[in-house]
Amino acid sequence: MNNKANKRKMHLNSLRELGILLAFIVVLLTLMVLSPRAFARPANLINIMKQASINGILAMGMMYVIISGGIDLSVGSIVALSGVIAASFAHPGEYPLIVPVVLSVVAGICAGFLNGVGVAYGDIPPFIVTLGSMIIIRGLALIYSKGQPIFGVTKLFENIAGGFFLKSIPHLVVYFSVITVIAAFILTKTVFGRRVYAVGGNEVSAKVSGINVPRIKIAVYTISGFMAGIAGLLLASRIVSGNPTAGESYELDAIAAVIIGGVSMSGGSGKWYGTVIGALFIAVIGNGLDILNVSSHFQLLIKGAIIITAVLLDTKGKRNQ
Amino acid sequence: MSKTILEMRNIDKSFFNVKVLDGVHFDLQAGEVHALIGENGAGKSTLMKIMMGIYHKDSGDILIDGQEVHFQNPRDALQAGIAMIPQELNPILDMEVAEYIFIGREITKNSAGGLSIVDHKAQVIETSRLFESAGIDINPRALMRTLSVSQSQLVEIMKAISLSSKVIIMDEPTSAITYREVETLFEQIRILKSRGIGVVFISHKLDEIFRIADRITVLRDGSWIGTDDSANLDKDRIIKMMVGREIKEVYPKQEVRPGEVLMQVRGLSWKDKFKDISFDLKRGEILGIGGLVGAGRSELVETIFGINKPDSGEVIINGLRQNITHPRHAIRSKVALITEDRGSQGLNLKTTVQENVSIVQLNRLAKNGIINNRSEAAAVEKQITKLSIKTLSRKSMIKSLSGGNQQKVVLAKWLLTEPDIIILDEPTRGIDVGAKRDIYLLIGELAQAGKAILIISSEIPELIGLADRIIVLAGGKLTGEISRDRFSQEEIMIYASKFEVEHE
Repeated sequence: MNNKANKRKMHLNSLRELGILLAFIVVLLTLMVLSPRAFARPANLINIMKQASINGILAMGMMYVIISGGIDLSVGSIVALSGVIAASFAHPGEYPLIVPVVLSVVAGICAGFLNGVGVAYGDIPPFIVTLGSMIIIRGLALIYSKGQPIFGVTKLFENIAGGFFLKSIPHLVVYFSVITVIAAFILTKTVFGRRVYAVGGNEVSAKVSGINVPRIKIAVYTISGFMAGIAGLLLASRIVSGNPTAGESYELDAIAAVIIGGVSMSGGSGKWYGTVIGALFIAVIGNGLDILNVSSHFQLLIKGAIIITAVLLDTKGKRNQ
Repeated sequence: MSKTILEMRNIDKSFFNVKVLDGVHFDLQAGEVHALIGENGAGKSTLMKIMMGIYHKDSGDILIDGQEVHFQNPRDALQAGIAMIPQELNPILDMEVAEYIFIGREITKNSAGGLSIVDHKAQVIETSRLFESAGIDINPRALMRTLSVSQSQLVEIMKAISLSSKVIIMDEPTSAITYREVETLFEQIRILKSRGIGVVFISHKLDEIFRIADRITVLRDGSWIGTDDSANLDKDRIIKMMVGREIKEVYPKQEVRPGEVLMQVRGLSWKDKFKDISFDLKRGEILGIGGLVGAGRSELVETIFGINKPDSGEVIINGLRQNITHPRHAIRSKVALITEDRGSQGLNLKTTVQENVSIVQLNRLAKNGIINNRSEAAAVEKQITKLSIKTLSRKSMIKSLSGGNQQKVVLAKWLLTEPDIIILDEPTRGIDVGAKRDIYLLIGELAQAGKAILIISSEIPELIGLADRIIVLAGGKLTGEISRDRFSQEEIMIYASKFEVEHE
């Protein structure tokens, strides 16, 4: 009796996980049917992955934070700060390529680390900590660049994001894939990953189980900052400049990807592949609707509706549990 | 002759075919304090919840001023003049006292329904008058947040008076207030009496009951045991009435000869929760901690385990002084704590059986931080078999398990750490008889294997059945130690209700 009920529950669980994948496939197929020439072309599909990659990288970091029970609003600003730092060290004939790469990523790590310290030891809600740091870091990016975009970067720098692997696959897609594999591995296979879930699932029980909760929190915000640092570097390379106003509202897209992917905002649950699908979903909608000539204004309506529907499915599913 | 304001006759109530109240009588005179006492689970709060319209009786009559009533909800009860001051007060912290007193029936300047304008000034004046008449010195404009527990309690009492209540139920009103505040409360209760209000006083503290109550009713296992004037009763008789039953042979006690001392607790104090606690714990020994809810028992073991940082005192394990300021230090010292509340402290309900069992020991199941799936699965499977946890698989969500099996998962998780010292805080609360017995057997086996066991339980028969020795806490102090040959429920209750008069 009991076993049967259990079995059915487990079945429902996996169905719910499948739900968003099914929705994604339906949308994908619909777009392919509506626009077989333009949308379904292999080149366009690769293009979608490229469009998904920067948001996808941010979403990978955001996923860690949200699973731990937090939120990181500062990633968009970190993208800008990291970008202007990268561009400023990428002028021809000044520094080797490694300097802008390392400095921009380190800037992201530092920002994330400070977020983590604030959340872990400051006893301030993550929303507030990262809202504050979002504004501060945006300010830092503007001060650093004197409010102006930084142009004049080397070809080598431009090639970081603009190049192709084996002449066909954009570098961005390669980075996104590699980062996803590593992030997924750490989340699912390591002690650390398990502890992130434990902290988000029940902080008190995590502490009682001997987990150093503040350390885990600092780590997840540092990871998110690290990802944002990389994203900032890649964005600067792609737009061939460092722009202090870049990355605005990127945090919202990253959060959207994570949520669409089925990660619970209250923490403790969620799967890495959900986040990947979430990031791809957002890119597919943008790309597909562009091809179908739907105005970008209407695209916003559709994007918002999808986010709400995803969460609706999630909470409904939970209530039925 | 005083007049009967409230009468409950032959009240029956069952939950899921389990009878929790069986033909209970209770009545209250105007201007009387009637104490309602009994062990945890005796049915006191169920009876009061029926009186308040929170639960509905299965059969029996409730009469107010001789008229039969049928309360559908607490609002009906309030309107009939019955108010309850719960044990855990839950005021709206950001309201002013006067606003809080008049919440839901605000004094308004005009009458425009929901859009009427609140006459704040009139509310403040009215509150001042109310407080003055009772000699209470609380500013009506203070925020509820700034009041102490005892002040909030007084505000609740005033609120009840202003609702012209005839009956005020106080559920363990002295459990969280100081000695001096108890005096203020008793002063107020005397004023209530003089106004002809009847007070139902629920408490575990027999000393206080004898000071304030005119009559006493004892419940046990949902049955009415007796009602008498408190002048005709004494402590010993009451304890006998409360405890009554024989201890059945549900406790498979194995004889173990305790070994050397493994843990010494010396002069441990934390905040106002417990003070200067010292005891020894030997290998193979089951040491019970008795006491009432709020005596500081959970706080004590949580401090030993490093969840709280002690203000003074030390814990010595194997002759070495330990510096335990986080549970991970305690785990390193081979201590395990099975916490009181599975849901909020013991388990992560959002995940699977496996992830709950392995979380403490993950490092030992991993190499270079990468979890070895096969070792983890093997370790978890072994625990599931050993503790006979009923689950579809190790990957089932923990929420799909019964309470007893969830509790076994908590035990499994801690036994996986191979602890030397095992602390169990109310390990059998809210679980079924079968799972209880499994846990008793397990505790016995662990003691036989030379583990030192510290167990908190509010069920006295459980302590008597399991422990080799019992220490009793009351009001944060160690009030007694009882060896197995002297075990009796009466003895434990005497120590547990021993509240030393504490002058600040």
